[in-house]
Amino acid sequence: MRRLDRTTAVLLGALVALLALGPVLPKWAVFLVTVALAKGLVALGLLVLMRAGLVSFGQGLYYALGAYAAGMTVQALGVGDAVPMLLLGTAVAAGAAGLLGLLLARYRTIFFAMLSLAFSMILYGLLVKSSALGSTDGFNVVPRTVLGLAASRGGIYGLAVICCFAAALGVHLLLGSPLGRLAPAIRDNELRVEYMGASVRNAVHLFVVLAAALAGLGGGITALAVGHIDPEMAYWTTSGEFVFVAILSGTGSPLAPFAGAILLELLRSFAYEYSPNTWQMVIGGAMLLVILFLPAGLWSVFARRRRAA
Amino acid sequence: MGDLLAVVVDGLIYSSWLFVIAAGLTIIYGVMRILNMAHGSLYALGAYAAASLVGVWMRGGQPPFGTYLLLVAAALLVGLVMGPLVERGLLRFTYGRDEVVMVLVTYALFLVLEDVIKLIWGVESYFVTEPYGLLGTFELGPLSYPVYSGVLVLAAVVVGLGLRWGIYGTRYGKLLVAVIHDREMAAALGIDVRRVFLVTFTLGTTLAALGGALTAPTVSVVPGMGVEVIVLAFAVVVIGGMGSMQGAALGSLIVGVVRSAAVHYLPQVELFSIYLVMALVLAFRPRGLFVAPEARKI
Amino acid sequence: MPAVLEVRGLTKTFGAVTAAADITLDVAEDTVVGLIGSNGAGKTTFVNLVTGYLKPSAGSILYRGRDITALTPRQVTRLGICRSFQSPQLFDSLTAHENLRVGVDIVARGTGAFASSAAGQSPGEAVEAMLRRFQLDAYRDAPAGTLPEGVRKLLDIAMALVVKPQVLLLDEPTSGVSSEEKFGLMDLVLGAIRAEKVTVLFVEHDMEIVRRYTHRILAFYEGRIIADAPTAEALENSEVRRFVIGDEPGRPQEKPC
Repeated sequence: MRRLDRTTAVLLGALVALLALGPVLPKWAVFLVTVALAKGLVALGLLVLMRAGLVSFGQGLYYALGAYAAGMTVQALGVGDAVPMLLLGTAVAAGAAGLLGLLLARYRTIFFAMLSLAFSMILYGLLVKSSALGSTDGFNVVPRTVLGLAASRGGIYGLAVICCFAAALGVHLLLGSPLGRLAPAIRDNELRVEYMGASVRNAVHLFVVLAAALAGLGGGITALAVGHIDPEMAYWTTSGEFVFVAILSGTGSPLAPFAGAILLELLRSFAYEYSPNTWQMVIGGAMLLVILFLPAGLWSVFARRRRAA
Repeated sequence: MGDLLAVVVDGLIYSSWLFVIAAGLTIIYGVMRILNMAHGSLYALGAYAAASLVGVWMRGGQPPFGTYLLLVAAALLVGLVMGPLVERGLLRFTYGRDEVVMVLVTYALFLVLEDVIKLIWGVESYFVTEPYGLLGTFELGPLSYPVYSGVLVLAAVVVGLGLRWGIYGTRYGKLLVAVIHDREMAAALGIDVRRVFLVTFTLGTTLAALGGALTAPTVSVVPGMGVEVIVLAFAVVVIGGMGSMQGAALGSLIVGVVRSAAVHYLPQVELFSIYLVMALVLAFRPRGLFVAPEARKI
Repeated sequence: MPAVLEVRGLTKTFGAVTAAADITLDVAEDTVVGLIGSNGAGKTTFVNLVTGYLKPSAGSILYRGRDITALTPRQVTRLGICRSFQSPQLFDSLTAHENLRVGVDIVARGTGAFASSAAGQSPGEAVEAMLRRFQLDAYRDAPAGTLPEGVRKLLDIAMALVVKPQVLLLDEPTSGVSSEEKFGLMDLVLGAIRAEKVTVLFVEHDMEIVRRYTHRILAFYEGRIIADAPTAEALENSEVRRFVIGDEPGRPQEKPC
């Protein structure tokens, strides 16, 4: 039997632990973890992009597309099962990236960040003006079943955990593959990559589509968990929050974005409850501290300890 | 015909407003290579400061015409306090880091400042009506405009010409240009780059605050007013070519007129017309309209 | 002997500057050609044009009879023409091993001229073999950004060879390397490709290196080729002596201001 590498083992452990904890956790915790995991998925996509040296300030676009598409499967197609809803959300997001990526893959650094922001704001504008989609109010999403079983908070939680496990494992395998190894090469020296016969643009396009698919899946899960969708999901501040999670967590491991997202949700819930006028300050302050003192994110603390041991 | 005139005049007014805000962002990016996301909060601070100063002034029974000076005073106050505070207190610890990391630092700062504003001024709205109402309206053909709009246009022209003279006509301006082109070389030639950064950031902050102070009489000053402004200013700066003042001016003009046209002819796209312009410009000119030539790499 | 590289009327202008002026030449297979000329004469521009980094203003480039003028660096590399750089282009945050591994991975996925000829060798083994060949094993786990300049140059050349080229263009392979080490580096590089009949063109300022390792010389001046001849003959050419080596018998050269 092949020995599992550490990351895969930890992922499996996390999967089992989270599924086992599900029935035992209080309702607010189940909800919080589900929403956090969904955001973690978006941040996971950002992790892949950041490995290649790209930061997108517009993942809200795919997040919103995933959510709205998932919502539309009930409205327009009458399909009420969570799984097709998520599949459609992911597919629509990936499809959008397939198209937009043709343009986006030509840009880097600030321009990549700004162009992705622009696209998300265009969607925001479209959604706000679209009365069919509920305009600024958005609309409600209520899945009827999860894989045939009646939909419940626990069911959606379980589905989210499984999706995140699969995504994290997939990204882990990708990063260890030749394409994954190409990412830091692209980040360091694109010219050299081209001069060794690989297409940087194709690789970047692929990463953009992958990140979009993950964001779409995250958006779909959020829609299912929260039960409501609105254009705010495409607003630039939502995208900024995802970037924050990615920075906070660091790019060291596919597990990091999920841990970081859960931490942020906990932080936000408590900060908002105790002082609604300062929670942004707390998050901003935390981000500054991380950027200044832990540039590789919080995960680097664990990585350092492991190497020292 | 009246419609076309409205589009042009509305566009001009909106462009002027955009330019005052984008100018500060441009100069900070041009010299320091920092895309300042906190620009929106500084804009808001300018508006709030203006509201407070005018409020105190009017309650003191002073002549209302003095409020115009107060708007400028508010901008200067915010600029001279926040500029050095932010630059010395935070930014200087991050110089040399990647451009995108700098965006994240200023984004974090933006989050912090948004709450600072709420802590100081609370969540209720403020109004600064005097400067706006005092001047009344004027007729332009079939259209009627508040005279205050002319103040905005005047401000944009003054800022534009002022910066142009400052950068190309003064000795300090030449030092600025040297730092813009090559920070390391400028330092090697004995230019105090740190001081240049401090001055630049303070200037940029003052301009942001000026934008806010001048806007305050036309809107209700509320928390979050800077949030939308940031992305608009970014779009203008990116369209114009990062760090180019002519680019900021042209970009403001294009965006202003396009948005105005959208409002009049295609209201559905009004909200995102600016981003469409940005995407279109970038598609054909990947680095914006005015790009500095780059030295060859290999 | 059929020419592996044919250049016809190659011209490149940047506004008022002519970086390449109507260059026409043939390069025979399995030869070593030296590209000499003072700074700004157009040697690197020539390499950039041949490898597709720059598009010529006029003229054409043929590789084994096939027109490659309009191709991108990626396409040119995949056809079998590789290059090294004046300033080593490496992946600075990756180790020497990881740097080469990127290349090996790319080749392993390829076909045709790009197919891995080392059957049965795992990518890791191929990288180790390359590291050994270039005497870089000591640096295998060091980030490329921390390596000394001479080692970086070697790694840069090794990267160009990982993709198994048939034509290799080296841009100033010994610049930045101390005089004692120059011969060692050239012996290592040329020894590494001896068996594979690779055609080598390299830009060089050191005439001793040129004399020792090249069969033929192309001398550049202001974008033109002023000499295209076997090494010994070219180095005696009066124009070459005047514009490149600076060796005119009699008075020292005095350039008008």
